[in-house]
Amino acid sequence: MALLDVRNLSVAFETGDGRVDAVKDITLSIETGQCMGIVGESGSGKSQTFMALMGLLARNGTASGSAKFNGQEMLNVPAVEANKVRGADVAMIFQDPLTALTPHLTVGQQMSEVLEVHKNMKGAAAKRLCLDWLDRVRIPEGAARFDQYPHQLSGGMRQRVMIAMAMLCKPKLLIADEPTTALDVTVQADVLDLMKNLQEEEQTAIALITHDMGVVARMCDTVAVMRHGQYVEEGAVETLFHAPQHDYTRMLLDAMPRIDAPTEAATEVDAERILDVQDVEVNFDIRVNKGLFGKTIPLRAVDGVSFDLARKETLGIVGESGCGKSTLARAVLQLIPPSAGKVLWMGQNLTGLGRPQMAAHRKNLQIVFQDPLASLNPRMTIAASIAEPLLTFQPALSAKERTAKVAEMMERVGLDQRMINRYPHELSGGQNQRVGIARAMINRPELVVCDEAVSALDVSIQAQIIRLLKDLQADMGLSMMFISHDLSVVRDISHRIMVLYLGRVVEMADRDEIYQNPVHPYTQSLISAVPIPDPRVEKTRQRIKLPGELPSPLDPGAGLRFLPSKRRVDPGYRPALMEVSPGHWVAEHESFEAIVQAEERRLAG
Amino acid sequence: MALNPQASGMDDVVEAMNLTEVQGRSLWADARARFVRNKAAMFASILLLALLAFSVLGGFLTEYDKETVDFTLMGANAYKGVPSMETGHFFGTDASGRDLYARVVQGTRISIMVGIVGAIVAVVVGTLYGATAGYFGGRLDGIMMRTVDVLMSIPFMFVLIIMLVVFGRSIFMLFLGIGLISWLDMARIARGQTLSIKNKEFVEVAHAIGVHPLRIILRHIVPNLAGIVIVYATLLVPQLIIFESFISFLGLGVQEPNTSLGALISEGAANMSNGTPWQLTYPLIFFVLTIFAFFFVGDGLRDALDPKDR
Repeated sequence: MALLDVRNLSVAFETGDGRVDAVKDITLSIETGQCMGIVGESGSGKSQTFMALMGLLARNGTASGSAKFNGQEMLNVPAVEANKVRGADVAMIFQDPLTALTPHLTVGQQMSEVLEVHKNMKGAAAKRLCLDWLDRVRIPEGAARFDQYPHQLSGGMRQRVMIAMAMLCKPKLLIADEPTTALDVTVQADVLDLMKNLQEEEQTAIALITHDMGVVARMCDTVAVMRHGQYVEEGAVETLFHAPQHDYTRMLLDAMPRIDAPTEAATEVDAERILDVQDVEVNFDIRVNKGLFGKTIPLRAVDGVSFDLARKETLGIVGESGCGKSTLARAVLQLIPPSAGKVLWMGQNLTGLGRPQMAAHRKNLQIVFQDPLASLNPRMTIAASIAEPLLTFQPALSAKERTAKVAEMMERVGLDQRMINRYPHELSGGQNQRVGIARAMINRPELVVCDEAVSALDVSIQAQIIRLLKDLQADMGLSMMFISHDLSVVRDISHRIMVLYLGRVVEMADRDEIYQNPVHPYTQSLISAVPIPDPRVEKTRQRIKLPGELPSPLDPGAGLRFLPSKRRVDPGYRPALMEVSPGHWVAEHESFEAIVQAEERRLAG
Repeated sequence: MALNPQASGMDDVVEAMNLTEVQGRSLWADARARFVRNKAAMFASILLLALLAFSVLGGFLTEYDKETVDFTLMGANAYKGVPSMETGHFFGTDASGRDLYARVVQGTRISIMVGIVGAIVAVVVGTLYGATAGYFGGRLDGIMMRTVDVLMSIPFMFVLIIMLVVFGRSIFMLFLGIGLISWLDMARIARGQTLSIKNKEFVEVAHAIGVHPLRIILRHIVPNLAGIVIVYATLLVPQLIIFESFISFLGLGVQEPNTSLGALISEGAANMSNGTPWQLTYPLIFFVLTIFAFFFVGDGLRDALDPKDR
């Protein structure tokens, strides 16, 4: 008998605009010790299916059908009955580990609470079990972490605490709702490894809800693809990936950029260098509470970065959160004044220019942001937003000419002209991002910075937007700086790639060179952490793992993690960039073994 | 046109588009729909419109005006000046024998005007002041907001009373005094909201595009402040009416023969022992109705414009 047996589950919501059927007639079953992936794009009902099982539907939602866990009905039963199963036999972890943990309780208090409620276990015995689990989810210094508050832990650490909490009662089923979506790629790999191990050791079944085909390929035994609240296709992971039956599954797999796949040939790049960034630094003053009044210490968000950019070229900038990639982009556009260094645009230094002088250059320097909805003024129609740069730089245009230009641009970015009077909240994320792109492109700029421009979008939309950006680049001959944490996406679009680590460049090379022949251990670990949407490849791939957590940028000497011998003698040393082959620059580092040894020595104290 | 084929092509595009373009549903339209669904707010709006109509047009319904003393009632106010349809004194007469109905019409008009003028000053001055301080931040923000703090710490009732005594009582002085006070709170509210709006990405985009700072404030920040500003303004109106009534109650404020609801209530309260309760009742009813209507409309607007609803 299956561990979880769901029959004809439907979920509907009563909203102001009428009834919405979120889940329609789903039947699924999970066996003991099995990992099942539920894949779908946003709005496909994949989360609501499991929210209904856990009795966590919003108040306007109703569920019908049946869901038996170990033969016991879970759906629409009184809370008292359901609570016996929830938390003890079925546990759930969520996407954002910060909001899922109560901020004013320590890790230990929250973990002990679970034991007290479900096992009536208190005091020293409870603490022992908690510490044991903190250790098993590989949290270093578990005893110290036990008394810390959630905000004192990093994102990956918090997600591990969530997993430890979920595992305390040895649940038979763990529901993981996008457990790694908010995490950096190396942290994601660690958390996935951990879940895989738990599944094997404890024979816990896992229901993994995700939009990432790569994660599915790494983790799951069976997969169900959902769309519009219905199953599109389900089956063993191998068959689904290698012989997908449904068009939608095939489309999802094709849309997912692969880090190992051959990419289409890069477009031609002009020889003319239009942007030259020299030793740019951005320091923020951070207040620390030391002494009576506290003091400020500089945080080097960008610490001496140099690069140049040719016309028609796309430079990909990758790195984990906090590495300074967005700050660097803003410093180049002078949205944040750099603390030191020069930004030469067409040979002219932009740093220190006043607002009026800078305004003249802004026509050619545009930016597209991550969150499409937040980057549009909610009170303005999308046409008014797109027309904004025209008003600034071509004020002589008549209203009619402006409308015509906007309509033309909308058509160009694939928006229906009839939507000209629409407001951002009426559009989907992908459409809003097209509006953002249209606004950036309408004055035919020379340089467009895309700051995580596709990160918030569904995979299929992501592929369309990248296609659009490439087309526009070919049409208009513009240069791009493409910032992303997603290495597969960056590979798809860039000519050259720059890897940042704590505000410094660790490696910079042509796209194919850097992915096929990464030299720096950090680049190697990043690339090997990216999941590949192919179960056969995933099962044989070896990960290059750096020990320890991503250090805090405030930690002096953190930048010398890859140069441990210097770290001891000269914490202020900056690793120099060396050209290992033409156009391939790598920061000074020591051998992988030396770094691992030094890191382990440090962790041991 | 023929000389410029590109331009005529553009015209064609525009014309073709006009035929088919879809009207968007703005946040305002959504808010309006929510407001219309709110029965209490709709009732209050209708009541408010009725009160406005009464204060403007009510004077045409009576043969009396607000200042003519009816000498036939001299000394017989308590039994001859009673509200009656026959004599035409619908609400009776006041202690001096003047028609109370005409005076209530005029008093309501003054009270609503005081509230609305004060609210307009608050909206215009307060919003722009607060948005400017919040957007530019830094030292300018410090200077501007400390100025507001200093002004707020002055006991304004006292200053207003001195102003009215020194410069004489006039409607202009009253409006000036109320205008001076009313924008201070609004400036603080607008600044606080601006601080959160200016960190939104669409403001950063506008900055990156090269939009002039003043245009950013007017086009991107102020419209997004509008929701909270409107709500605060509708709640400010009744406060100002009460404020004016208090001034008039003290005998300052509006000058005879003009009157306001506060002055009428004051007179009515003074004559309560003379057996003329209508002199208090009618002004009080209109006062309470006006305040209630404004508060309910304000509440309805707050619910309708609250972004948490979406």
